[in-house]
Amino acid sequence: MTKEYHTISQIAGPLVFVEKTEPVAYGELVTIALPDGTSKRGQVLDTSDEVVVVQVFEGTGGIDKASGVKFLGETLKMPVSKDMLGRILSGSGDPLDKGPPIIPEKRLEIIGAAINPYARDNPREFIQTGISSIDGMNTLVRGQKLPIFSGSGLPHNDIALQIARQAKTLGEREEFAVVFGAMGITSEEAQYFMKDFERTGALKRAVVFLNLADDPAIERLLTPKLALTTAEYLAFDLGMHVLVILTDLTNYCEALRQIGAAREEVPARRGYPGYMYTDLAGMYERAGRIKGKKGSITQFPILSMPGDDITHPIPDLTGYITEGQIVASRELHRKGIYPPVAVERSLSRLMGQGIGEGHTREDHRAVSDQLYAAYAEGRDLRGLVAIVGKEALSDRDRKFLDFAEAFEDRLVRQGSDEDRTIVQTLDLAWELLSALPVESLTKIDRKLIEKYHPSMKKK
Amino acid sequence: MEEQGKGKIVRIAGPVVTAEGISPRMYDVVLVGDLSLMGEVIKLVGDRSIIQVYEDTSGIRPGEPVSNTGEPLQVQLGPGLLSSIYDGVQRPLPVLMEKEGDFVSRGLTAPGLDPTKKWQFTPKVKRGDELQGGMVIGEVPEGNLVHRVLLPPKVNGRVKSISEGAFTVVEPVGELENGHVLRMMQRWAVRTSRPYTEKLLPDIPLVTGQRVLDTLFPLAKGGTAAIPGGFGTGKTVTSQQLSKWSDAHIVVYVGCGERGNEMTEVLTSFPELEDPKTGKPLMGRTVLIANTSNMPVAAREASVYTGITIAEYYRDMGYDVSLMADSTSRWAEAMREISSRLEEMPGEEGYPAYLASRLSEFYERCGRVKTLSGPTGSISVIGAVSPSGGDFSEPVTQNTLRIVKVFWALDSKLRERRHFPAINWLTSYSLYSPTLEAWYSMNVAEDWSAVRLWAMETLQKESELQEIVQLLGSDALPEQEQLTLEVARMIREIFLQQSAYHPVDTYSPLKRQYEYMRAIRRFFDLAKKAVSLEVPLEKIKSLKCRTELGKLKFEESIDEDLKRMAGQMEREFSELGV
Repeated sequence: MTKEYHTISQIAGPLVFVEKTEPVAYGELVTIALPDGTSKRGQVLDTSDEVVVVQVFEGTGGIDKASGVKFLGETLKMPVSKDMLGRILSGSGDPLDKGPPIIPEKRLEIIGAAINPYARDNPREFIQTGISSIDGMNTLVRGQKLPIFSGSGLPHNDIALQIARQAKTLGEREEFAVVFGAMGITSEEAQYFMKDFERTGALKRAVVFLNLADDPAIERLLTPKLALTTAEYLAFDLGMHVLVILTDLTNYCEALRQIGAAREEVPARRGYPGYMYTDLAGMYERAGRIKGKKGSITQFPILSMPGDDITHPIPDLTGYITEGQIVASRELHRKGIYPPVAVERSLSRLMGQGIGEGHTREDHRAVSDQLYAAYAEGRDLRGLVAIVGKEALSDRDRKFLDFAEAFEDRLVRQGSDEDRTIVQTLDLAWELLSALPVESLTKIDRKLIEKYHPSMKKK
Repeated sequence: MEEQGKGKIVRIAGPVVTAEGISPRMYDVVLVGDLSLMGEVIKLVGDRSIIQVYEDTSGIRPGEPVSNTGEPLQVQLGPGLLSSIYDGVQRPLPVLMEKEGDFVSRGLTAPGLDPTKKWQFTPKVKRGDELQGGMVIGEVPEGNLVHRVLLPPKVNGRVKSISEGAFTVVEPVGELENGHVLRMMQRWAVRTSRPYTEKLLPDIPLVTGQRVLDTLFPLAKGGTAAIPGGFGTGKTVTSQQLSKWSDAHIVVYVGCGERGNEMTEVLTSFPELEDPKTGKPLMGRTVLIANTSNMPVAAREASVYTGITIAEYYRDMGYDVSLMADSTSRWAEAMREISSRLEEMPGEEGYPAYLASRLSEFYERCGRVKTLSGPTGSISVIGAVSPSGGDFSEPVTQNTLRIVKVFWALDSKLRERRHFPAINWLTSYSLYSPTLEAWYSMNVAEDWSAVRLWAMETLQKESELQEIVQLLGSDALPEQEQLTLEVARMIREIFLQQSAYHPVDTYSPLKRQYEYMRAIRRFFDLAKKAVSLEVPLEKIKSLKCRTELGKLKFEESIDEDLKRMAGQMEREFSELGV
């Protein structure tokens, strides 16, 4: 029998303070019965003999001091099942698609325990996204977490969708299951995603969690955890390869700040709570592979950088946890280049493990390094040209300048439905590099140049 | 562990738990709740103790029991540390996995040293010997080296009995006349530094095989270095290279708040690596401490102390230890998080006011020392710092720089150019260069420091000339100065860039580093003469030796090639009339 308490002493923002309770567990689930007959859910944030602080997921609107508070005696658990594939759920896990309720095969804690670092397997299978600037230069591997750092008005959603559509590993025909967690996105954006999932038939192998912009902010704190718990179940219990797309992490962090402020915590940078790093790590680190298990979780969090500022606490802390980042460039977007991937600021930390002989092609590393170096040199020259004019450049420099142009126009730019194989990407790279003097290709081994350079290839 | 008092929980807020009725001392380890989660007392208020719990506290209620072990956080020291993989509070991760599966669940304990494994103990003292704390009482073969079993520092006495044979770490191997039982294992509180006889000057370099480090910015054995760098500057790869290649006997790698997948890379790549000196697995001289960013924050805070205590233990045997703390920023972040949960008054940027003193206490635990047992040992600490937003003025970086003597400035601009290791040659420094000079000229080459200085000057000159080039283009410079630019480019591209993934290039012995730099300098001298004889620079640049000099670092035969190059350079330049 769970007791109902009518001892609310204070309600502030999303928090309800309850007095004179029996011992209540930290993290325990709570229901609050409102005078109008509805009920809300919450979770214990702070507990002591004197007062218990409850964080209400759906907002505290309508709660009065006479409302009844029930402690359910267990921490938040989530029902999971294979039948979740193809379903659309709310940000707190209730069906939105008028389908039947989920019949649980298991009930899981949504705060996943950390994977034992010793049990992790090295992520090294190349994922071909079909996007040259990613496959060629910021290669993604299975089990990686690679966020897209974007800004308002940039086509990050299209990039994420294109990846979800095209992602595959070489050799296996198996497709990824997609878990999509939306936090505080507009219903228009949500529809855009849903339409695309339906159009391409991806919905059949997807689980969608939607917390929209007008849903309670506190619910956003649950959404990614539900999405990741589902992903863990699909990956490590059912052996599927799962791609998790989370958007937009900035909204999540805003909600975290809101809770922190309501609890009158000492804020850290820009008002975000001091534990934001640990909180984010608790989500991002739920990507990976486990020794002896077939499945994997690959994460694609999307976050919009406030004011395009990569040093803002959200992208900053994210970058310390994730294995690299894909940065969207406003400059390229203005030039009309899709996908506007700023390769010079992007990075995939696990690239080295998933490329080269046996993964992609032996020349991949060298070609990628050379592209980076040549593009950087070409970009630097743009500054010089602005001062002295193109005529003042040496012949060599002019070639690098043209290279940078061609690189953006031909290698980075591609159609949103254009699915390039890694071989196509590398061959295209060689074609562009062949416009440069051979002796300036210092990052590539002689043997590889002889084998792959278009003008030296043995016929 | 004996229990010294029982109390109960009165409040739980995240990892911070308040308890009553245990009257502990500060930093005593307590077991919290029905699950017996491990925690540490960090504040005493009236009869209440504030406890920082190392594990997730979900589901714990007020009223559950708390018991005090009466001892501060300790590690077990003895044979079996090497090749271990621990979490931040010395729980062996492989054992945890066996016990409970792929995820780290709560309330699990496992001893740091295997209490059942037998080690072959050979006594080095005999009945009647008068012993002082810290002396070697026997030897045990462990991994690639000899583990010297030490008497705990505060114990003295005359040997009553001691025996040879196979023992576990907890079995007695002998006894002192005062009744102290001799065992191979001892415990040490991680927040207290282990004593030594005296500190020595750090005047021997820690050879890393990384050209930019050894030649330009050397670290001394017993020295301190910081590698800052925003994310993605290659910090992790650099610190891994150091662990693999530095000439320390023991490597302690503390992954503090590291990424799980990168930690996996360390955990899987280390066992595969061969020690270049012995040909045995590198793990045989390595201790890994892995506390990923999603593991409990309090254990992250403790992990750095666990690491340095283990390092001190091997130093006390007379070994050179290098400790990698990756990253101290994550460690400071953990301090900040705990401090904010305690509602302490924050200092700069929300970090606790005691940040600076904690950092300096930690770095002060390294150094080259004369140990209690006689020989010298050292701990070199390389602390990675990841300044938020790449902003070097933030408190962790600034407080670290005030302490450390070497600064390897990783640079994201260099990374964009794929210049690896992305260590900026203009902003990095090493205060050890003068103290190490004598060693280099005695052990590598007389004119080592002259060659080093020449390289530094050329690079400095380049950066000055670059400013002019940015405005006017390189054609505006006289040929001599264009040559300086070209040679500086050679130093950068040939010498400073080094591929961690290339089998030959990944490690460069000191002698080779010297010969390589000397070859570049020789090229410069010859080219300078050629330019003064009005040989066009383009012609010099297209010499065969110029291109070959750049490529031979990837050849197996590099050392012979370098010798051959000397002759080839002279020949080619003489064809130009030099």
